[in-house]
Amino acid sequence: MDLTFSPQETAFRDEIREWLAANPPSAEPADGGEDAHYAWRRDWQRRMYDGGWAAPSWPTEYGGRGSTPTESAIYFEEIGRARVPLPANVLGLLLGGPTLMVWGTPEQKERYLPPILSGEEIWCQGFSEPDAGSDLAALKTRAVKDGDDWLVTGQKVWTSGAQYSKWCMLVARTDSEVAKHKGLTYFLMDMDQAAVQVRPLRQITGEAEFNELFIEEARIPDANVVGGVGNGWKVALTTLMNERAGLGFVLQIRLRQLLDDLIAAAAERGLLENGGYADALADLHVRCESIRLLAWKGLTDVEKYGQPGPEGSLVKWLWSDTNQRLTQLAVDIVGPQALTSGTAWSYELLRARGNTIEGGTTEVLKNIIAERVLGLPRLKATA
Amino acid sequence: MDFGLTDDQRDIQRTARDLLAERAKPDIVREHAEAGTVDGALWKELCELGWPGIAISEENGGQGLGRIELSILCEELGRVLAPVPFLPTVLASTLIEHSGSAEQRAAWLPRLASGEATGALGSSVDGTAGLVIGAVGADVIVLIDTDGGASLLEASAAEVTPLAAIDPTRSAARVSGSGEELPGDVAAGTDRALVAISSELVGVCGRALEMTVEYVKDRKQFGVPVGAYQAVSHRCAQMLLDTEKARSTAAYAAWTADADPERLPEAAAMAKVTASEAGREVTASAIQAHGGIGFTWEADVHWLYKRAQLDSVLLGGAGSHRASIAGILAERIRSGAAA
Repeated sequence: MDLTFSPQETAFRDEIREWLAANPPSAEPADGGEDAHYAWRRDWQRRMYDGGWAAPSWPTEYGGRGSTPTESAIYFEEIGRARVPLPANVLGLLLGGPTLMVWGTPEQKERYLPPILSGEEIWCQGFSEPDAGSDLAALKTRAVKDGDDWLVTGQKVWTSGAQYSKWCMLVARTDSEVAKHKGLTYFLMDMDQAAVQVRPLRQITGEAEFNELFIEEARIPDANVVGGVGNGWKVALTTLMNERAGLGFVLQIRLRQLLDDLIAAAAERGLLENGGYADALADLHVRCESIRLLAWKGLTDVEKYGQPGPEGSLVKWLWSDTNQRLTQLAVDIVGPQALTSGTAWSYELLRARGNTIEGGTTEVLKNIIAERVLGLPRLKATA
Repeated sequence: MDFGLTDDQRDIQRTARDLLAERAKPDIVREHAEAGTVDGALWKELCELGWPGIAISEENGGQGLGRIELSILCEELGRVLAPVPFLPTVLASTLIEHSGSAEQRAAWLPRLASGEATGALGSSVDGTAGLVIGAVGADVIVLIDTDGGASLLEASAAEVTPLAAIDPTRSAARVSGSGEELPGDVAAGTDRALVAISSELVGVCGRALEMTVEYVKDRKQFGVPVGAYQAVSHRCAQMLLDTEKARSTAAYAAWTADADPERLPEAAAMAKVTASEAGREVTASAIQAHGGIGFTWEADVHWLYKRAQLDSVLLGGAGSHRASIAGILAERIRSGAAA
């Protein structure tokens, strides 16, 4: 056990830290709504791209730095520490690109990877449907062959960034005669067509991070199938595995910052001397540190054995639960004015409710842990 | 950055697990628990292997390995609830080594390292400790007082009144008396002692989870293994989360003790918080998931619950260590440092 960074890792950390200090993003737009905000994040990705920092974990042949999993974690920790946003095309960089690297043809890699990295083409993820959430393989969006093309009809939901996206990672049913996992195909769908309608989905915070997609005979050339017809489930799993890998480190640091803000707020009010609040804040501190340690432990497994241990699901579960506890405690510490619409704490409180649902509900995570880590039997679903 | 054990540490873990699987089988432990006896043969064997002295420096007669190695042994012995005075003895030697004088170290560490002498450690108020594990028959007892000082009592200077604690796999006694002061930094010893207790709790939790998983896979009701029900399987998932939190914080604390001592006070408190909480929750869940059989004397899960109850409150429960952490956080705010 050695919880220090190697000289190479330290050098990597210093380099990204110095670069972020020397190249801060432009001032965050005060108004102009989500469009202005997105444009700002897109501009930020361009700066990171120009500096060679858009996706350090990508192999050098695709324009990355071929950084190790530990270095990638350091990269996200430093982004969190500097309190700068993630690059705008986060789904393309973290999910779409790595999925193409595994399953894409040489032509697909050459065509799609460079504009993901530069941010010229934004990507979104068309997986979930109104009737296919945790049970993703039950999805109903259908793709039918039409000459050299596929015609796609259906509905997708929770599609973040769809209004800014050029490409959608779309999973659709191409064969309804076979078992539900086997009849799926993974497509790259051009969002720039009238057959695809994007409607913002207003969430409990009042903003619209996500969208619904209404797809009516959208056309996708056969060349945009990724990983072969009928192989969509496997390709989608590659995307989902990447979903939990990198992002955890940013979330962990954001949680730490939020807790530091809350401790400062408690200190200002003289509440650190209050036994009840002191106990609750110390509890959150221990949870935060446990998340950090479990995340690093998971990374050790990735570096040593090539795959994450059970920590991934544990970290996501503990993180989401802790963020909800933290934001709830903030209301008590700050007082009822924390619940004023438009304030940071009211936003954090409401947004945190989504944490135990998005990216795998806590209930599904517990199933995964019970079945795949502990080896407990699975209760057969009723049809 | 490497959270794993070294090859040598893995060897220690494997050797310990294999040996204890053979020598500390549940029926042997039960026999000693019911008779209230120490497993003298096992203790002798562990002493011959040098276990009590694993973390004691070589000049004081130990093996000179680190706190991680000690934690590995604590965890393995905790898993099987070995009825030997290992933990009390290493807690005493830890305080003497890190908080004692050169004379105290020279007088006691070689004997505690070889197992020729046994020790115990307790918390006292005005010279009396209400319950000290392993104190019966101990050659030396260290008492940490609520005022922050610590004293060393030779057996002859200590009034030891045996108690029947709920965990009979180890002796317990009320101890009073005044001894010689440990002149060094008492916190340096206490923090390391907290880590050793936490590691034992991790072992207890790990075993409780394993027994539970085995049981709920096997036990059928309504025609299916009860572990297929999410009410049961999600409880098991929670047991794993609690155990892994404790495991990672205890490992971190053991590492800081040798490699980053400035971080030790915070890390040791975190380890004791997570391990105390996990110890209680995980072993209580083990009883619950075993159903009626879990409440019987015949099922072995109650020994784990009882050990966890004792360990959780030794040198302060989770609440008192959260209070220490809150103090550290407040101090950081005052000094303007980031957490």
